[in-house]
Amino acid sequence: MASNAVTLEGHSLVLPDPLPLDSGKTLAPVTLAYQTYGTLNDDKSNAVLLCHATSGDQFVASDNPITGKPGWWTEMVGPGKPIDTDRFFVICANVLGSCMGSTGPASPGPDGKPYGTSFPVITIRDMVRAQVKLLEALGIERLHAVVGGSMGGMQALSLAANWPDIAERVLVIAATATMPAQNIAFQEVGRQAIMADPDWQGGHYHGTGRQPDAGLAVARMTAHITYLSESSLTEKFGRRLQDRAAKTFGFDADFQVESYLRYQGSSFTSRFDANAYLYLTRAMSYFDLTEDHGRKLADVYMGSPARFCLVSFDSDWLYPTVESRRIAHALNAAGVPVSFVELSAPFGHDSFLLDVPELDRVVEGFL
Amino acid sequence: MTPAAPGSLRPDLAVIAEHVEPGSSVLDVGCGDGELLAALTAKRCNARGLEIDAANVAACVARGLSVMQGDADTDLSYYPDKSVDYAILSQTLQTTRRPDLIVENLLRIAPRGFVSFPNFAHWRVRAALAFGGRMPVTKLIPVAWYETPNIHHLTIADFRDLVAERGIRVERSWFFTNGRASRQRLANFTAEHAVFLISR
Repeated sequence: MASNAVTLEGHSLVLPDPLPLDSGKTLAPVTLAYQTYGTLNDDKSNAVLLCHATSGDQFVASDNPITGKPGWWTEMVGPGKPIDTDRFFVICANVLGSCMGSTGPASPGPDGKPYGTSFPVITIRDMVRAQVKLLEALGIERLHAVVGGSMGGMQALSLAANWPDIAERVLVIAATATMPAQNIAFQEVGRQAIMADPDWQGGHYHGTGRQPDAGLAVARMTAHITYLSESSLTEKFGRRLQDRAAKTFGFDADFQVESYLRYQGSSFTSRFDANAYLYLTRAMSYFDLTEDHGRKLADVYMGSPARFCLVSFDSDWLYPTVESRRIAHALNAAGVPVSFVELSAPFGHDSFLLDVPELDRVVEGFL
Repeated sequence: MTPAAPGSLRPDLAVIAEHVEPGSSVLDVGCGDGELLAALTAKRCNARGLEIDAANVAACVARGLSVMQGDADTDLSYYPDKSVDYAILSQTLQTTRRPDLIVENLLRIAPRGFVSFPNFAHWRVRAALAFGGRMPVTKLIPVAWYETPNIHHLTIADFRDLVAERGIRVERSWFFTNGRASRQRLANFTAEHAVFLISR
């Protein structure tokens, strides 16, 4: 499992000051692990901040040192790709509360032991606040763009709402400005699965030799289903059996889809901290830009100097088109330049990570 | 209509682009791949679009334009009153479910609107129906009745009646035949396309 003990390649910054949090608490020290791709130009005008999704990390376009697999957005980011690293200086930081080198519940607390559940509850805005501090440390005042999908899209929206002068372009893919009840519900199922695992031990499992792998795996299995679509599951697996000719009349993974989900669940536990999963999903459940600002969404963005682009996918039922369209209409009503498009792709919410040529075109054109 | 030469605007779009003052704010409803929006942006207009087709929207975004994917019949209600100087509806009116409400919405969103449409009373269309006895498939209406997106065929006379009935003023009108400007007289018989500048 990933923890603070793992030494990761890439950059790391300890924020110079304690980080104030939305909860009223402050956090110190705060470390952000980040990767960069491309070269920052002389007037520092070509920086693109990429915000990753819940289970993502800073290894966007380079091999992930934990899994050994290629980065999560190699389709999109690289030389000559839509987010062209020959043009742009791409920065991606592991979010606050995660477990890939940035400060999170697996990091050592004031007493030297891992925080566990004594880590303060954080919000999407807290994650963004930490990244703004990182940009300051890098001497970057303006971003050519901020780009994110899913939880990354929420961070992009939060940056544009709370620090409107930083990003010139805001690209939000498959996200929402207000977490809907259905998503809160699924996130709660995931957290309950972790907390119901006896090995969770109230969140203080570090150093006990036991950790809630079974709970985290179930959480991941549930979430994974929500990232797909009925048609992609049917096409990929149907009712096909897993390496057997007939049903076993037992509770083995008879079906391919069961075997696939079990694999997704168990492989996740080798790279993700269960408590980090609790904190990140909590941050998403709390996300509501209108509530945070006490204003209508149109008023939140009134006078914003940025250009926006919102993208949704027709098969995404987790962050459906209506969520993106609502943001786009609010921006439009605020007189802010905005484009919105619903792309057709069969892969559900995960479409933004997969090969959708039309998405490449939109991203490249918008940037 | 004669296809526009590369790099030049379709005649109805050209006349609209020509008569929008530089620096105006514009909403182009049914903006297609952004041809007019690009011309207006080049005139320093703050031009935005609404377009139903995702591929067209993607093409617009790829051109750096601000375009929302949406349906004119349902989404115009999201646009605030008097939020732009001009609302434009080019070659779209005849494809909407409620053209009358669309026209009302245009003049709610903007004090002035451009509306362009193919004239179904052009003599070739009349002749095709009168003598052929079948729904015309002409240069003007190239798609068979069962496939055409045009669900509310109208004529220049119909449009004049509609705006008169709604108390809408026609400030100017332009007519086109064979891709060239044609005369005002007998336009309902001789013109293939019409552009109206309307206001209240």
